[in-house]
Amino acid sequence: MADRDIAQELAEQVLDAAGRRQPLRLEGLNSKDFYGHAVQGEPLQLGGHSGITSYEPTELVMTARAGTPIAEIEAALAANGQMLAFEPPSFAGEASIGGAVASGLGGPRRPWGGAPRDLLLGMTLLDGQGRILRFGGQVMKNVAGYDLSRLMAGALGTLGALLEVSIKVLPAPVVERSLVLNLSRDRALQLMRELARQPAPLSGACHLDDQLHLRLSGNAASVAAWEKQIGGDTGDGDDFWHQLRNHGLVFFESERPLWRLSLPPVTARLDCEQQTLTDWAGSQRWIYSSCGAMEIRDEVAKIGGHAILFRHGDGKTPVFHPLDSVRERLHRGLKQTFDPQGILNPGRQYASI
Amino acid sequence: MNEIERARQREALADRLRAVINGPHVLSSPQELKPYECDGLAAYRVVPLLVVLPGSTEEVKATLRICHAEGIAVVARGAGTGLSGGALPHEDGILLSLARLNRIVSIEPDNCCARVQPGVRNLAISEAAKPHGLYYAPDPSSQIACSIGGNVAENAGGVHCLKYGLTVNNLLGVEMITIEGERVTLGGGGLDGPGYDLLALITGSEGMLGIVVEVMVKLLPIPQRAQVALAAFDEVETAGRAVADIIAAGILPAGLEMMDNPSLRAAEDFVHAGYPTDAAAILLCEVDGGNEEVSEDIAKVRQRLLDSGASEVRTADDDTERARFWAGRKAAFPAVGRISPDYYCMDGTIPRKHLPHVLSEIARYSEESGLRVANVFHAGDGNLHPLILYDANNPGELELAEEVGGRILELCVEVGGTITGEHGVGLEKINQMCAQFPPEELQMFHDVKAVFDPKGLLNPGKAIPTLNRCAEFGAMHVKAGDLRFPHLERF
Repeated sequence: MADRDIAQELAEQVLDAAGRRQPLRLEGLNSKDFYGHAVQGEPLQLGGHSGITSYEPTELVMTARAGTPIAEIEAALAANGQMLAFEPPSFAGEASIGGAVASGLGGPRRPWGGAPRDLLLGMTLLDGQGRILRFGGQVMKNVAGYDLSRLMAGALGTLGALLEVSIKVLPAPVVERSLVLNLSRDRALQLMRELARQPAPLSGACHLDDQLHLRLSGNAASVAAWEKQIGGDTGDGDDFWHQLRNHGLVFFESERPLWRLSLPPVTARLDCEQQTLTDWAGSQRWIYSSCGAMEIRDEVAKIGGHAILFRHGDGKTPVFHPLDSVRERLHRGLKQTFDPQGILNPGRQYASI
Repeated sequence: MNEIERARQREALADRLRAVINGPHVLSSPQELKPYECDGLAAYRVVPLLVVLPGSTEEVKATLRICHAEGIAVVARGAGTGLSGGALPHEDGILLSLARLNRIVSIEPDNCCARVQPGVRNLAISEAAKPHGLYYAPDPSSQIACSIGGNVAENAGGVHCLKYGLTVNNLLGVEMITIEGERVTLGGGGLDGPGYDLLALITGSEGMLGIVVEVMVKLLPIPQRAQVALAAFDEVETAGRAVADIIAAGILPAGLEMMDNPSLRAAEDFVHAGYPTDAAAILLCEVDGGNEEVSEDIAKVRQRLLDSGASEVRTADDDTERARFWAGRKAAFPAVGRISPDYYCMDGTIPRKHLPHVLSEIARYSEESGLRVANVFHAGDGNLHPLILYDANNPGELELAEEVGGRILELCVEVGGTITGEHGVGLEKINQMCAQFPPEELQMFHDVKAVFDPKGLLNPGKAIPTLNRCAEFGAMHVKAGDLRFPHLERF
């Protein structure tokens, strides 16, 4: 992929659109264009702004332009025995690092390795007035000023277009092993809870179709010791985790509405669950349900969680969990601050922003 | 405002607050107010108009509603251990102490989390979680005294954050009261909440955006074992390279600390940790995890340190020796306090590769100013704590120390780092914010504050400098490594 800096062109396009109050639809490499509500607007193509701008393995920091493909980043890291700990999904296509951060989505390693927001150190942002701003930095610890870069992780481009991101990278584990145990969901949840309270080198814990899939990552001695203690067989190995990360498993092939529930890990079976894939040691559940959106959201909210209509919505049901009045006001205020004309991905996340 | 008017205003407001605060927890007499005049940065002192110590969330709400209606400034305070003057009172405002909200609401071992009020001490969380085999990872050196609410406000770090992250990485959610007195939940029961990541925005916001009344923290399993290696180096540069070599070997140490000769000598004299006092620098490298994991990693670390040119490497034989190795590092600040009447602690973070350059520049500033500097360094994550030694009884020496400190922070910005890694900006580093951020970004910070606090009542004057202040400070403004006004001498 070309090493290309088109920040100035992008800034001019935003400035021009702001003058015309013309909505812009932010695009990276389009692997996640299904996510959120459709945006009517001129495309702002960030995919062309690409290339790794700095990477020093011993500093554990990589800086790359937003359009840089994840695959390119992961290849550069792998060559130095390092990784993106949040395992961003690419789904069916090629994904960009900017899209990975803007969507805020983490892969199977998320409970142990963190989400994009946890590893994000800083960024260059193009705001709704076409201004290029820098927040955070390229160092591990930085508490100067409000953490506006982490605010952008998961904001789906509604507060600004990410131009460049600096990310903390981590050493890749020396050894990785997959285990499969035949367990009902309740038994699997119980085992996950027990393991979560022990210093087991877990990097994946997913239950599907009466099988618990575990992944261990660490040095050779540690992985071998825990493999022996937990038991089970090796299953599909790496392939399962790759398919899980990118929603390539048969479970995800249905055309029915797919819900993502974010929950406290011990949550027992919910009334609305029909078919479930339980990931993140219980904290993230993908479900198909015949319940209505309100029912699902009410049930999940009661226990402190939230529900996203991830795929195959009807276009009218809100994709993201509704906000209470205080949060709604804060969201609108932040939108007004970063994008006063309301031209950046309007409505993609919530109608009011 | 003259004294009589001020006293009248004080009593009128105290009466209103006493109507909503149960018990004798609205303080208004000079002797009651005096203990609150400063936080851990004692060089700055201001007596507040009143001190209010609410005993419940409802009382926090009621207090904020009154202040919001009356336009009274509110400065929140946890345990008062902060090092940047973030909890320095406002003379016309109330100091809102969260110390009485000190209840551990629940420990939920199955969800690996704890729900605590803001006044709970950092270490108390780990103590309460210990029977369940769990602990709270961030461990600022003040953890015995500092409160979790203050940790959230400052995004506190500690010696283990390279591996375990900062406060922001170890929170699940907070309950916050807005300046208008409304309650809002940020984050949630799962690993993320709906909408924008307001939890991340609140963390480290220094009491400028809202008042946190409950914190939900993540708990981690206590590692089976930890092992530490102590390595001595004849040159600081070699020690710096050794840090990079350990990272390049794919090891992520739980703690990786460096001390230079002045600081390790002071520590050795104080606690007799057994440090080699002739070394130019020492490194402490700790690995933790399961038994087998630690055995393999510590052997690797030891070999790396030797290959990188350590003159000596010791590994602790047992937990007693491990505690002794750490004792010197943990006592570094008070140890330096023994060899100098006063010291001024800096908190810059730099890309690690610039350490030799930064240390030699600091040595030069030290020589030019005549003030000694001892350096303690969270080497793993690049967070440098130069301690500038001075004597406040010598006229002008505090100002000189501040000037040297300011130069060090600007140097950190020049090499691509930041003016504060974990202590916060507070009042102390507000001028250096002008060196780190251009006007557009500072304005954005002000605008974000206005979303949460339109009247500007929460901790006014802290953390983010006004553009006017920066204009006055402009002669020192450095951007992207270029001096704005290169013709001006900088002292």
